[in-house]
Amino acid sequence: MTMKNLIYILLAAFLLTACNNAEMKEAEVEKDLAETKVSAENKELPELSIYNLPSTWTTQNGENIQLEDLRGNVLVMVMIYTSCKAACPRLVADMRNIEKQVPEGDLDNVKFIMVSIDPETDTPKRLKEFSIENDMEDDHWLFLRGTPEDTREFATVLAVSYKKISPIDFSHSNIISVFDEEGVLVHQQEGLGVDNTETIQAITTEVSN
Amino acid sequence: MKTLIRLAVCIAVMIQSQAYSQSGSMVEVKGGEFIPLYGTKTEVPVGDFLMDVYPVTNAEFQEFVEANPRWRKSQVKKLFADDNYLRNWKDDLSLGEGMLPDSPVTNVSWYAAKNYCECQGKRLPTVDEWEYVAMANEKQPDARTEKTYNQFILSWYETPDTYKKTIGNTFKNYWGVYDLHGLVWEWTSDFNSVMIGGESRKDSTGDNNLFCGAAAVGATDLMNYAAFMRYAFRGSMKAQYSVKNLGFRCVQDVEKSEL
Repeated sequence: MTMKNLIYILLAAFLLTACNNAEMKEAEVEKDLAETKVSAENKELPELSIYNLPSTWTTQNGENIQLEDLRGNVLVMVMIYTSCKAACPRLVADMRNIEKQVPEGDLDNVKFIMVSIDPETDTPKRLKEFSIENDMEDDHWLFLRGTPEDTREFATVLAVSYKKISPIDFSHSNIISVFDEEGVLVHQQEGLGVDNTETIQAITTEVSN
Repeated sequence: MKTLIRLAVCIAVMIQSQAYSQSGSMVEVKGGEFIPLYGTKTEVPVGDFLMDVYPVTNAEFQEFVEANPRWRKSQVKKLFADDNYLRNWKDDLSLGEGMLPDSPVTNVSWYAAKNYCECQGKRLPTVDEWEYVAMANEKQPDARTEKTYNQFILSWYETPDTYKKTIGNTFKNYWGVYDLHGLVWEWTSDFNSVMIGGESRKDSTGDNNLFCGAAAVGATDLMNYAAFMRYAFRGSMKAQYSVKNLGFRCVQDVEKSEL
C-alpha cells in the first residue's frame, strides 16, 4: 500500500465523521423506526423542523440527548450563558414569567429550554447549579450544552447572533422562540421585558393542537 | 451496508477531488494579531491555517450534490436552504444556461457551504480569519490603509454581476489567495457573530435591549466603508438564505492537513 492510499483511507475515515453525520444519523433513525414501528414517530419530519439538526446535547443532569428526543413537546427556547450579569437575568426572568402564565395542566407538554452559548464555562454541573439557584428544577426546565460548532449552528436556526467579547462575556441577541410539537418555529419574541401575551398565546395554541 | 456505500462514495469523491485540478489547492496563512475593522476595538489573535486558493466553483459544487443527494435542490430541506438555493441551475445536477463551471458557486445556504467543507475535511473560515487574509493586497499582508486597495474593493461593489466571472480573475494576494474581493462575497462560519443594531432585527432605534453586554461596538475606522459593508451584510444574513452574489471557500486547521 502506498503512503498516498493510506492517507486517503485515513482522511476518508476522518471525513466520514463530520461529513456524513446527518446521513448516518438518518440511517440509524430509519433502522430504529423499522425495528420499533412506532406509528407516531414514523411520520416524516416537516422540512422546517429543528429535529433535522443532527446534534447531541448534554443536559443539566449530565444526560446526552438528541434534539429529536424532545419531539412531541412544545418548546420554548432561549440562548443564554450562566455567567452573564447584564441581560440574561432579565431573559431568565422573562422565561419564568412565561412559564408562570402557562396553565399547570399544559406544563406536561411544554419544555422551557435554555441553551448555553458558552459551552466551555457552562458545564452540566454549572448548569445544574444555575437551575437550582434560579429555582428551575421542575421537569419542564431543561438546560442544554453542545459543542461550539453545534451551538453556532443552533443559533442560526433561532436567528440568534452572539459573539465572545471578552474571556467571560458575550454579546447576544435576546430572542425567545416557540416551537410546535414537530419542532417547527411558530413564534419569536425579541427584546427584554417585552409584552409576552403573544408568546403565551402561541404556547397555549400549540399545546391544544 | 448503507454506511459502506457512503464510505465508498466519500472515498471516491475524495480521490476525485484530489485529482480535480484546483479544489485541492490551499495555501498556508501565518496567523497573527489584527484589529478588525468592525466589531471590536482590540486586537484579535488568528492562528495558522490553510485557505482555499479559490472560491468553490459551480463544477465542484456539482460534484458535491452528485455525491450528496440531500443537497440537491429538489431534495434540500427548507430548514437548510430557502427557495433561492441553486436557483439558476437547470435541474438537480446541471447548471443553468450561461453558467460557467469555473465560476464561483452562489445561491448556496450557509448549511450547504458548511457541509461542503466538512465533506472535504475542511471548515468554513471564521469572520476574523476571512478578514485577516482579505486585508492583504498583492504585496502586503495588511493593505487596508492603501488607497488603491480600497478603491479596488469599492469599485467592485459598484460592478454588477461579477459572480458570473470565472475564478482567478482578480489578483493573487500576499498569501497566494485569489478572489477574496472582486467576484463574490463569502460565507463565514460565525457570520451570526456580527451584532449590528437595527440592521436585520427590526430595531431601527438601535434598541440596546436586543443585545446583552457591550454589544454595539463602533467601527474603529468608519472610513473603511468597504469592510463595514461586509459586516453589515453578514449581520443581515440568515443561514438558510441563498444569495446570488454570495459564495464560499473553505479553510483547514494546519494540524489536520498533516494527518
